[in-house]
Amino acid sequence: MSGISAYGAYVPATRLPLALISGRPAKEGGPEKAVAYYDEDSVTMAVAAAMDCLQAVDRASIDALYFASTTYPLAEKQAAAIVAKALDLRRDVATADFSGSLRAGTSALEAASHAVAAGAAQRALVVVSDCRMGTPRGGLESKLGDGAAAFLLSDREPIATFEASHTVHNELQDLWRSDGESFTHTWEDRFVVQEGYTPVTVEVVQGLLEKTGRAAGEYDRVALYATDARAAAGVARALGLSKEQLQDPLFGRLGNTGAAFAPMLLVSALETARAGERLLVAGYGDGGHALALQVTDHVEKLEPRLGVSGHLARRRALRSYDSYLRSRGLDTKEWPGGADLGLSATIRFRERDSDLSFHAGRCQDCGQLHFPQPRVCIGCRAKDRWEGYRLSDKRGTLLSYTFDAFFPAPEPPTIMVMTEVEGCRVQVQLANARPEDVSLGAPVDFTFRKIHDAGGKPNYFWKAVLAEQGDSA
Amino acid sequence: MSGTIRDQVAIVGAGACKFGENWDQSREDMIVDAAYEAYEDAGIEDPDKQIEAIFCGSVYPREGSWEVAEALKLFGKPISMLSDYCHTGTDAFRYGCFSIAAGMYDTVLVVGFDKPKDRGVSGPSVNFDRVRGLPATPAGWFSLCAAKYFDTFDTGREDLAKIAVKNHHNGTLAPKSMLKREISVEDVLNARMISWPFGLYDCAAQSDGAAAVILSRADGARGFRDDPVYVKGVTVAVAPHPQRDPDFDFLAWKPTIYAAEDVYRQAGIADPFKEIDVIQLHDCFTLTELLTYEDLGLCEKGSAKEHVHAGTFELGGELPVNTDGGLKSFGHPTGATGVRMIYENTLQLQGRAGKRQVEGASLALSHNIGGPPTTCGIAILGTN
Repeated sequence: MSGISAYGAYVPATRLPLALISGRPAKEGGPEKAVAYYDEDSVTMAVAAAMDCLQAVDRASIDALYFASTTYPLAEKQAAAIVAKALDLRRDVATADFSGSLRAGTSALEAASHAVAAGAAQRALVVVSDCRMGTPRGGLESKLGDGAAAFLLSDREPIATFEASHTVHNELQDLWRSDGESFTHTWEDRFVVQEGYTPVTVEVVQGLLEKTGRAAGEYDRVALYATDARAAAGVARALGLSKEQLQDPLFGRLGNTGAAFAPMLLVSALETARAGERLLVAGYGDGGHALALQVTDHVEKLEPRLGVSGHLARRRALRSYDSYLRSRGLDTKEWPGGADLGLSATIRFRERDSDLSFHAGRCQDCGQLHFPQPRVCIGCRAKDRWEGYRLSDKRGTLLSYTFDAFFPAPEPPTIMVMTEVEGCRVQVQLANARPEDVSLGAPVDFTFRKIHDAGGKPNYFWKAVLAEQGDSA
Repeated sequence: MSGTIRDQVAIVGAGACKFGENWDQSREDMIVDAAYEAYEDAGIEDPDKQIEAIFCGSVYPREGSWEVAEALKLFGKPISMLSDYCHTGTDAFRYGCFSIAAGMYDTVLVVGFDKPKDRGVSGPSVNFDRVRGLPATPAGWFSLCAAKYFDTFDTGREDLAKIAVKNHHNGTLAPKSMLKREISVEDVLNARMISWPFGLYDCAAQSDGAAAVILSRADGARGFRDDPVYVKGVTVAVAPHPQRDPDFDFLAWKPTIYAAEDVYRQAGIADPFKEIDVIQLHDCFTLTELLTYEDLGLCEKGSAKEHVHAGTFELGGELPVNTDGGLKSFGHPTGATGVRMIYENTLQLQGRAGKRQVEGASLALSHNIGGPPTTCGIAILGTN
């Protein structure tokens, strides 16, 4: 029976205290939302969530990668292929993008479950990631948040099996974004809730319950996409759900993460789920989509991971609304960004293994690791004796640093660090940190980030993050 | 077996334009100012006849070597253009020396120049043609040793600041320097940060400029002037990229150590601190100067701070360093800098350095380190 065998999530550490939007001072513990920082987008968040999910998983065992998002950085160019390369997956992994609707996340999850059930894939990875924007100081801005979820689907030792699913489509102009636009638009709130979200969600959950033959009360946790706390309460009331059953929708902490919202709430539910529990997840967007799952004994054996709760705990608040505008590229710049051609496509092509898969070379004669992989070994001078060695999931040590006040960043300085990973020296930027956090000898992990958008396109590479923040312990 | 250039080549003329933000000067203007001063210094009245070959160095070249030939109207002669980070000028000088030692020419011209101030940006531009190695500014590259060195040898920004103060003072004594302004340790410590630990005053002043020297065979040098300066050694060395080198220790720059060993061998120097009288070294950042004291073997590793506070390397100290203000104050037009240092050392050895003269100087060293940094060029000159 197909099911979820591992999960992961990602919430950007950067938070916008909502008070800053209206120019009030941020209050400790006040409402905030998660914001993809200037070096993050749906692709980098997807990679981070997948890495959270794939701990102790042999990446070569994955047969399919489905990536759902409504905010791909490129309109024409598959995002799943970038994610697969960054994750260093096999070349014959089936990659596909699922987009166009906030329902894309649950749709990808269901499609992957079918692929596994049909035997087309033994292990399928589903990543869902979104970073939608409302217009600056507009009504949606404070509601939308950024984040990602990832699920490994398999028919072997699942932690939760799929019980049933139900979907309806519904045409309504409630939320939309036209081609080429940066900002999501919405029709009047009450119309959206009364004619869209509430009846459609109730309909799809009731349809699911009919298929499973269970009452709503039999589900231990219900993860509902919700436009706001009041609307969620209305749906719960209509379905006869108790407050205890409803998975906390994290309003005021995360924000509505679009296609990733219901999947992230499912991750939250799985984080505390016990064997035998029944879960229900419902996505919304141009209709609704509900899935029923049952948790198995294997949930107890899953390796620790950050998940939604671990990532929510690692936070750094933006200092000003201007910082937010800069971190999302909404400020006015001295020069048009990315006006030139940017990186050479041929250089990117040659450096794909080092820049995207973060491969160092390992000398098969003397074992020396070197990044990037050269032709001649600096250790033993052997020529062309290299094999690729993935650094992205290894831990490094911080050897030196500087704080660069010149490099364009929303909140300078940019921290540059020298790291050593198993004897290999790698110079990278340090993400999610301020100068006072840096110390010699600190352990670091690596995170996939957008380095810049020269040429009007995202250009990705890896950065270091201080490992203390990333430890799930 | 490596040879030596010692006593085969002489400097018979030296010149430099005024360094600075030369808004009203083109590259042609600066090249002509430097070369014609060198001609006059060497007593060359007909350069078209007397100069047999030209070696040029520039890091921001828009054109090729013909630009220099066109500026000086020296045609039909062998000419080369070199571009290799901060030791460009020293390397052009080295090629000039070797061309004479090889017996190809009797008299050659070496010109180093650069004009970064036509680019519309203050300082180096931010590089976006790669994703790795960013942020890529020289301040970031050269700060690589700071955290570890500070930690190991209990050194800090306040120790570096004294180096900037010294070089600013020396710059006030050099007529052609860019900056003529005394500063205090507080000025250095309070300046805006560029790349930690470097504040504005820890960084060299990027400027426009050109410098030139005329080289001749040592045995013909007195035909040009009575006090020629002899080349005792010149070399360049390259080391692994410090951001990739698995053995890099963040306490010393290998290129300088490599180059120093070779050039001391060429010049027959056993104790550089005792034997050398004056040094121009590559103070692109204050920490670079501090590390270079040690990397050149002038003092023990880790002891540079004590010498900074003892005034060892100040004018009037035991071994004055960067007598004309260095890159910090004289200015740093990258391709010109190596040649400018040789110009200053030539003036020092001939007793023509005015208020900054090191009395009785007979052996002088100049040093560049450049790239991430990976490369070093060193030249040693002497009076006899």
